[in-house]
Amino acid sequence: MDPLRPEVTGVPSSEGAPAAPDLSELLNLSARGDQAAFALLYDAMATRVYGLAVRVVRDPAQAEEVTQEAFLEIWKMASRYDVARGSAPAWMLTIVHRKAVDRVRSAEAATRRDTTYHSQNQAVDHDTTADAAHASFEARRVRAALHSLTAVQREALELAYFGGYTHTEVATMLDLPVGTAKTRIRDGLIRLRDTMGVGA
Amino acid sequence: MSSDIHTLSGAYAVDALDDIERAKFERHLSECSTCLAEVDSLREAAAVLADTAFMAPPAALRDRVLAGIETVRPLPPVVSLATERRKRRFPALVAAAAVITLIGAGVAVTQPWQDQTTQVTLTAAERILQAPDAETWTKSPVTGGTIKVTRSRSLNQAVVQAKGLAQLPDDKTYQLWLQHDGEMVTAGLLTDASGATVVLDGDPGTAQATAVSVEPAGGSPKPTNFPIATFEFEQV
Repeated sequence: MDPLRPEVTGVPSSEGAPAAPDLSELLNLSARGDQAAFALLYDAMATRVYGLAVRVVRDPAQAEEVTQEAFLEIWKMASRYDVARGSAPAWMLTIVHRKAVDRVRSAEAATRRDTTYHSQNQAVDHDTTADAAHASFEARRVRAALHSLTAVQREALELAYFGGYTHTEVATMLDLPVGTAKTRIRDGLIRLRDTMGVGA
Repeated sequence: MSSDIHTLSGAYAVDALDDIERAKFERHLSECSTCLAEVDSLREAAAVLADTAFMAPPAALRDRVLAGIETVRPLPPVVSLATERRKRRFPALVAAAAVITLIGAGVAVTQPWQDQTTQVTLTAAERILQAPDAETWTKSPVTGGTIKVTRSRSLNQAVVQAKGLAQLPDDKTYQLWLQHDGEMVTAGLLTDASGATVVLDGDPGTAQATAVSVEPAGGSPKPTNFPIATFEFEQV
């Protein structure tokens, strides 16, 4: 198709980091209907998208549905991505997260909540794909950053982001006064942002 | 709006608001660039959390996703000219104005990253103006300018086009009303006196009249002033 497009393999070379595809550019191409670019975008983001979906909705079959819905939305909305407002992965993961949360808040939410958060929280399997090395490196950095949060900030943030709970529900679950969980979530995100040096 | 609403930015960034809070916060975002920038940066932080949740999807999912997009056309971009005009002409869009539609102004009052409504709302006024049963009334308030009302009973919608109205002090706004059984019900705000097109909120199809009055900024639940213009709809 387009001979000028750089080849993106996502496979790390033996001596170092994987070639990072320019995801914003792939989004721009997708907005113009370039399906090959979108396939590259899928390859670059699928483990993060599916991983997040699984983490929130728990059920692998439903996580696949959420992943598919989210990618369709990304395809449709690609022209609305504004590089001035944030990174392409953050934009995509915002869409994925919203879809996943919508899913768990719909009718079947009640049953999901019988399972405790912490037992499931440990059950996530890390991927074994080519970018696993990069993934685990990033994951270690994020986990280290998470440790700079206070316990209650971290817990509130994880219940909200991975649990899909509202801040009011989080307050109840953590025995916090109503209205304080939202502050913990915000403080936690700010700390994480500043520690990771993103979104500046 | 209380300053407390700013603290919802984090919960909003991780989708931890209920539907009502979310709608309220999105209205707030349309007028608070500080919160918008904060939400953007907190979304970056939330995205790094996802880095701890890598998991390879089943290979078949790739085929399904790529087959799924084949028949779907990507949406057109939001035209930046419209965004620029919105910024210039409607700097102080009040919260209550989320219920009205400002034509030619991009209508990007909600979170632009999730803005699916723009293209549709742009044509709302045109649809009314071009409706086969469109009826039009025009009045010139004594304070200056003209107000034109076009209603389509079949669409149950009406649009107000205002031009050259007297500029109001910052603590006042033009408010639109619909009269149902003698009661005035708010139908939106007209925040730009020099020229604006506003689709009315409510049920113009069954209203007896529409009116425009000058009210405190942000709007009033009931009229506190006599209307500067009243348009009686003819009832069949």
